[in-house]
Amino acid sequence: MEWLDSFWATYNTLVLSIGTNVLLALSIYLTLATGLLTVANAAFMGIGAYTAGLLTTQLGMPLIVALILGSLLPAVVALAIGRPTLRLSGVYLAMATLAFGEVVRILILNAEGLTGGALGLNGIPQLTQWFDVALAVVLTLVVLLRLARSRIGRTMAAICQDEIATEIMGLNVRAYKLFVFVSGGALAGLAGGLNAHFTFFISPNEYGFERAVDILAMGVLGGTGSPWGAVIGGLLITLLPELLRGLGHYRPLINGIILILIILYSPKGIWNLFRPVSESTRLPAAP
Amino acid sequence: MLTLSSISLNFGGLQVLQDVNLSVPEHGIFGLIGPNGAGKTTVFNLVTGLLTPGPGSIEFMGRRIDRMLPHRITRSGIARTFQNIRIFKEMTLIDNVLVALGGRPSYGVATVLLQWRNYRVAEGKDREVARGLLSKVGLADKSEQRAARLSYGEQRRLEIARALATGPKLLLLDEPAAGMNAVEKQQLIDEIVKLNAGGLTIFIIEHDMSVIMGLCHEITVLNFGRVIARGTPAQIRTNPEVIEAYLGKDEHSPSRPEGVSP
Repeated sequence: MEWLDSFWATYNTLVLSIGTNVLLALSIYLTLATGLLTVANAAFMGIGAYTAGLLTTQLGMPLIVALILGSLLPAVVALAIGRPTLRLSGVYLAMATLAFGEVVRILILNAEGLTGGALGLNGIPQLTQWFDVALAVVLTLVVLLRLARSRIGRTMAAICQDEIATEIMGLNVRAYKLFVFVSGGALAGLAGGLNAHFTFFISPNEYGFERAVDILAMGVLGGTGSPWGAVIGGLLITLLPELLRGLGHYRPLINGIILILIILYSPKGIWNLFRPVSESTRLPAAP
Repeated sequence: MLTLSSISLNFGGLQVLQDVNLSVPEHGIFGLIGPNGAGKTTVFNLVTGLLTPGPGSIEFMGRRIDRMLPHRITRSGIARTFQNIRIFKEMTLIDNVLVALGGRPSYGVATVLLQWRNYRVAEGKDREVARGLLSKVGLADKSEQRAARLSYGEQRRLEIARALATGPKLLLLDEPAAGMNAVEKQQLIDEIVKLNAGGLTIFIIEHDMSVIMGLCHEITVLNFGRVIARGTPAQIRTNPEVIEAYLGKDEHSPSRPEGVSP
């Protein structure tokens, strides 16, 4: 088993990153599948990372408690900002959530006493094990697949296609939007908490614009037709730069070209290539 | 059943509706006609909560609904179709109807996650109901097709099935015969009569006079946001103001508008 040890020593960060990135992709899947273009998930991730990181380093709390509170706080924040911002749609919603992300980043940057400011938060204990991440991914996936195959997923798709028609069908569109926004925030916070406990160090700039775009790219590239799309997107965005490592300076260039080709040839995401055209959200007949 | 009292509405400086009074009696088929831009669809948008009136009030079965959210109005028993069809084109027919069935207060996220068995039983029943509604409008055999593949007339029928899935007492139809051929129109008329006989009150906007005159028990005519006439089809047909609104004034030889002949 020596090769496994050396593999793990080299790649453990990558494997754990895949897990947290898949969680992030699933967090944006929730809002994208409902037709909401929000880019606040990087900020929610940051809130989760700092909350969980501070709880373990400063208060010596166990990881599980830190992770739970690290998902709850972003959810509460999402609830507070969701009510006013989710009235917006399209690019206006994207702009508002982008601005919110900046506000969070700058708050973390300036709350030096608590967060360490630009110097970041150092010495976070490396508590995250591979099975923590695996468990989080599997549980999240099971829950989201079940939601996606139920009337909840059907309603999300309906809102995505025609919000007004969905509302006129007697569905509380606002409540659905708030639900996906808040649960997406909680999921991003969980990913942040897990991530902070294997990178040892976090800083405000990790949760800025670039990360927001990364998360969005995972969701869009993978496809929003199913949670599986988010899984593919998370895998791809994490692995592609690694696979292209041999290209040296040309790596970002080729990376970008591949992403553009995917968008051009499968605008509805990679997952869409694998599914039949007229698939319904059909369930097996009830017993 | 449905009463609009002195409703007015402005878009910017434009007076879209001016002191409109309307009363849709229960169990009837009530028509709203008028030239393009008269404000007919605006009336529907007000009733279903997509727009909020300025002065005036809207009552449905004794309750004020003019400040209610659209989904609450639907749950109180008003369903509608749209002039520009708004079905979920990327979904199958049965999913279209199932979305609307989900609007009734029933099982939520907790049931889906924790009581999957119960949920599946409920879902199975909903599927039966959805199939029943699709066969009611003659689309049962296409229930697993994508809605985008339907013909224009079929899409309108799907929209009616979807509206019925919300369990309405009052059904608003916004130009349901638009783009239909003569056979489809006749089927539509039969269908509406059947629904009405089943206890559903119908409130219909329609340009096609053969449809409206044959169906409606009572008609109100709207022109430039004002009610200019109301009465039975026979009365409307001969009302000089209505004829003028549709054709304009002719100084020399007063003639009848096309389709408004007896």
